[in-house]
Amino acid sequence: MPTLSIFLVVSATLFCIGLLAVLSRRHAIFILIGIEMMLAAANLNFIAFWRFGPQPQPPTGVMVAIFSIAIAAAEAAVGLALVIAVYRHYRTTNVDQLDQLKG
Amino acid sequence: MNNIAFVAIAILTLAAALAAASLPKLIHAALSFAVTFVGVAAFFFLLGAEFVGLVQVFVYVGAVAVLIVFTILLTRRDVQDTGKPNWGGAVIAIAVFGGLLWAILKTPTLSVTAPHVEALTVKRIGEVLMIDYVWPLQCVGLLLTAALIGALILVMEEKS
Repeated sequence: MPTLSIFLVVSATLFCIGLLAVLSRRHAIFILIGIEMMLAAANLNFIAFWRFGPQPQPPTGVMVAIFSIAIAAAEAAVGLALVIAVYRHYRTTNVDQLDQLKG
Repeated sequence: MNNIAFVAIAILTLAAALAAASLPKLIHAALSFAVTFVGVAAFFFLLGAEFVGLVQVFVYVGAVAVLIVFTILLTRRDVQDTGKPNWGGAVIAIAVFGGLLWAILKTPTLSVTAPHVEALTVKRIGEVLMIDYVWPLQCVGLLLTAALIGALILVMEEKS
């Protein structure tokens, strides 16, 4: 079994790839994909710390990961609905062209 | 055995994540995204959280990836990322990665091996969810209902 720090390195790499997708892409769906990757990296950290730490009586890390997955699903649904609404209105999903608040 | 599985899963997950972040075609990125989340679920299995791994596969590969593909098909006009990538973002991401890596490798208490624990059964998770975490569970139910209604209102046809 690898040590805890190796898992943390993998999850940090996943987080930074998500950050790269969020910061460097122009398409709104790519940004959502990047956010989901960052959330998955956080979940991986929670599960790794739960597995390697002293085991508390309620499995807290697992519970936080389950709730985090549920919240990420809600976030993805609303985010993608926003992408569709913006596309209907402006006929583009390039976030650089969405630079006005007035409809 | 575990080490080989770990290295294989890590390479698969990170390669798929890099593909999802850098492929120009959106539909390819969405498929790589699904592979990434299968890899993360495999990590959960490796760490002994089988239930979370299954939930991950159901929610991300079953629902969110399909949702992303539907959104790509509904916004067909630009299925390709045409704008040139922002290199400042790449510099920031690499700097953050360097900082995190330095912090992880400099902390000696993190290089521990896993203690032997009894397996976490679904029965136990259900008990904890229904006794200790019943209020968060209700709140998440409310949040999911609100998100469903909000998403429906957002994509309703505009009256003009």
